[in-house]
Amino acid sequence: MMPGDAAAGGITPPADLDADSATWVRSLTGPAEQREAGLARLHAMLLRIAHSELRRRSGQLRITGPELDDLAYQAAADALLAIMAKVGQFRGESRFTTWAYKFVIFEVSAKAGRHFWVNPPVPMDAEDWDRLPDRFGLEPAREAERRELAGAVRRAVDEQLTPRQRQVFVAIVLDGVPLDALAVKLGSTRNAIYKTMFDARRKLRAALAANGYLDDQTSRRT
Amino acid sequence: MNGWSALDRFLRTDPRDVGCAEAMDLLHVYAELAAAGAAAAERYPGIAAHLRACGPCGEDFDGLLAAVRGAAD
Repeated sequence: MMPGDAAAGGITPPADLDADSATWVRSLTGPAEQREAGLARLHAMLLRIAHSELRRRSGQLRITGPELDDLAYQAAADALLAIMAKVGQFRGESRFTTWAYKFVIFEVSAKAGRHFWVNPPVPMDAEDWDRLPDRFGLEPAREAERRELAGAVRRAVDEQLTPRQRQVFVAIVLDGVPLDALAVKLGSTRNAIYKTMFDARRKLRAALAANGYLDDQTSRRT
Repeated sequence: MNGWSALDRFLRTDPRDVGCAEAMDLLHVYAELAAAGAAAAERYPGIAAHLRACGPCGEDFDGLLAAVRGAAD
């Protein structure tokens, strides 16, 4: 089955689409010859965005050369499949191209998360609390403050967090594991890991405020 | 930077934060508004709150915005 077979069958674009978006939808859901041309154009566009996004993220990714090209091709191919599976759901809330870019950006993110484990910079079980002050910019010379901060946070983590919240906090904050990479490792999702971390942050802040380390204002609205 | 204030900033949560799923669902709409100079954060304060706090979604937003702006160049 070629990409687009599931979407084929003459989907009529929503009436209020801009002309360019309507052309995209018609070309990707029309007769085979038209669809093939549309798919080729879409793939070329996705590949260009994948390359530029990987270049933009190159400072965080430890990937170069042919491996980077492979990742771009994979991201573009997977985004193409995802788009064709959902093109019938496109309602024109944005331009078609913006909607399509989103798929390939998400694919780049997901692939970067998986790639982290090819050569992880730190073992995930290294629970080194001495790293904590560095994460929050405390200089080595401020030894007493570093010990106080690490001790207070560690106590709050031990006393307040569930085992899962603790696992996620340690991996992200102490070990520096990117959230998407942690989701891959734990067989979870970005949303679930973020929610776990969100709840952990809220509990830790409340505990540190109750113990006088932080002020007890409720969450600041910025 | 003071370590305690950085820790405080990291631990603060915004009750308006919609989470990753909703932010990702509407990211194309939000990015297009932002690229057009419209008041995306005012229209979607829960997404704005989320993008400030979530590194991966913030990164995806930056990438999508760059793509939209690049295509408009």
